[in-house]
Amino acid sequence: MTMKINPLAAVAALLAGCATAPPSPQELDRFTQGIMSSSFREQGIAKLDRLAQDELQQACSGEKPPSEDVAKRLEAAQLVTVKWPSDGVYLGDWREGEKLAQNGRGMTWTDPAGVPSGGNCYNCHQISKTEISYGTIGPSLYHYGKLRGVTDPAAPASSEMVRYTWGKLWNAKATNACSNMPRFGHAGVLTPAQIRDLMALLLDPTSPVNAQ
Amino acid sequence: MSDPMRIRAQTQGGGAVVRVLMSHEMETGLRKDAAGKTIPAWHITEVSAALNGKTVLTAQWGTAIAKNPFTEFVVKGAKAGDKISVSWVDNHGDRRTDEATVA
Amino acid sequence: MTRHALGVMLAAALLVPAVAPAQTSADGIAQYRALLADGNPAELWEAKGELLWKQKRGPKNASLEACDLGKGAGVVKGAFVELPRYFADTKRVQDLESRLLSCMAQAQGFNAAEIAATSFGRGEQVNLEALVAYVAAESRGMKFNLSQAHPEERKMFEAGKRIFYFRGGPYDFSCASCHGEAGKRIRLQDLPDLTKNPGDGVGFAAWPAYRVSSGELWGMQRRLNDCYRQQRFPFPGYASDATIALGTFMGVQGQGAVSIAPSIKR
Repeated sequence: MTMKINPLAAVAALLAGCATAPPSPQELDRFTQGIMSSSFREQGIAKLDRLAQDELQQACSGEKPPSEDVAKRLEAAQLVTVKWPSDGVYLGDWREGEKLAQNGRGMTWTDPAGVPSGGNCYNCHQISKTEISYGTIGPSLYHYGKLRGVTDPAAPASSEMVRYTWGKLWNAKATNACSNMPRFGHAGVLTPAQIRDLMALLLDPTSPVNAQ
Repeated sequence: MSDPMRIRAQTQGGGAVVRVLMSHEMETGLRKDAAGKTIPAWHITEVSAALNGKTVLTAQWGTAIAKNPFTEFVVKGAKAGDKISVSWVDNHGDRRTDEATVA
Repeated sequence: MTRHALGVMLAAALLVPAVAPAQTSADGIAQYRALLADGNPAELWEAKGELLWKQKRGPKNASLEACDLGKGAGVVKGAFVELPRYFADTKRVQDLESRLLSCMAQAQGFNAAEIAATSFGRGEQVNLEALVAYVAAESRGMKFNLSQAHPEERKMFEAGKRIFYFRGGPYDFSCASCHGEAGKRIRLQDLPDLTKNPGDGVGFAAWPAYRVSSGELWGMQRRLNDCYRQQRFPFPGYASDATIALGTFMGVQGQGAVSIAPSIKR
C-alpha cells in the first residue's frame, strides 16, 4: 500500500528535525577536532606534532577510562617499548637523582632546545623525608626500596623489583594504561643515565629515601 | 607617569584607619635578567601622609618593601570629611601624591 | 619555691594550652594567603580598567561604554558571571577577553588580531588586564549562571569537555591529569577538581587574579596559556575557540559558585 505524503509537511518535518536534533557524539568529536587543529600554534620547541595523539593517548582521552581488555592490550604494547640498560647497570648516583627529582624544567616552549630535562618528580610525589614541598597526584615514594625489601639492589632477589621500577620510569603506561605519569624514557624526556640516577634515589639503601 | 594610589580612609574609634595601595615596581636592584644583567634599583624611598595638610606620618623605605605595596595605619583625631593625602618619592626622583576623604 | 610563686606558675600553666594543634604546611600557607588578601593589588587594575572603559581611545576615538558584554549595551554589572555565552552579532560563543577584543575592534577601531598576537604584559594586553579586572570586579560576590540555552553554547560545552580530557604532548598530560581528582596538589599548590563544581571562589570562580609571585594580574586566557605551557603543549591562541570552549565547560560546571574575582594568588 502506498502512503500519501504531503510534500510541504514532509519538508517542514525535515526542517524541524534539523533544528531540534542535537549533534551526535561523532559530530561533536569532529567539531572538537576542528577547534583543536585551528586553535594552537607552534612556539619555541613545542611544535604542532605534539597534538597528534598516539593510540594510547586517544584511548585515555575519554571521560571514562577504557575497558579492562583494552587497557591490558595497551599496557602490553607499551611494555614492548621499554629499553632495558644495555650494560645491565640499573643504578646510578642518588645525589644526582635528588637533583633531578627537584628539577621541573624542560620541554616547555620557554625551554631552550638541547638542555637536559628534569624529572619533575616532587611535583607529584613525596620522596625524601626532608622535602616537605611535595605533590600528591602520585603515591608517596618515601622508603620506596625499604618497603619493598630491597636491601641489595644487585642481589637476584631484588631483580624483579628493580626491573619493575625501571619499567615504571621508562614507560609508566606499561603497568597502568592511563597513568598520569609521563613516559619519561619512551618519550625521550630523560636519558638512560638520568633514569639510573632516579633508580638509585629510590632503591639505593644509602639513599635518604631509604636511609632516613 | 605612575598609576594612581588607591586610598581608603574609614573612621574608627577616635580616628581613621587609612589603607593605601601603591602602584610601583619596587625593583630591589639585586635581581638579574635572563641575560645575567642586574636590573637597576627602582623603588620608593620616602613616604609621607598628611591630615588636612599637616604631616602625620613619614617613612623611609628600602628594598624589603614588596611590589605594589599595601600600607595600613591609624590617624588619631581624624573625622569624617577630613582630607588624607599620601605621597611617595622614589630613587629616580619621581614623586606622586594622591588624596582621599575620610568616610 | 614560695606558695605564691607556685600558684602563679600553676595559673600560667592552666592558661597556656597544653599542646598547640599541629599546623600543617597547608594551614600555614592558607594563613599567609589570608593575610595577603587585604589590600589586593588587583584593585589597582580594577581602578585603571574602569577609567579605560570610559576613556575615548583607538583610531575611532571612542569609549567602550556601548559595548555589549551579554546583558545589553554598556551593562557591566553581572556580565562576568554569565560568560562565556553566545553573541548574535558575532554569531559565536565568546568569553570575556574575546568579547572585549570584539568591542575594542568594532567601537574603537583596534586591530583584534594584532592584540591577540601581542605577548602578555605588553602593549594593549596591559590594558586588557585592567579591563578584565574591572569587568570581573563588577560581578564580585555574584553566582555563576552561564546559559546553555543556545545550541552553540551546548556545542562549546561538549567541545570544552573533550578538550579538557584530551591527552597529548611528550608528557601525555590533559587538563584532567591535574584537575581531574579532588584533594590533589602539585608541590604545595592545591588543585581544584574541575570535573565537578569545586565551590565558591575556587577554580573558575577565582580568575582573573593577582599573582603575588610575579606581581602580575592574570586573566583566564593567561592562566590557560600557562597551563598549556606546563603541559608541554604547543601555544593556544589568545581567545581561540579551544580556550573559549574550556571556559564554557568550566563555567557551566561552576554553576552557582560565587565569584571572588579578581582574587589574589601565590
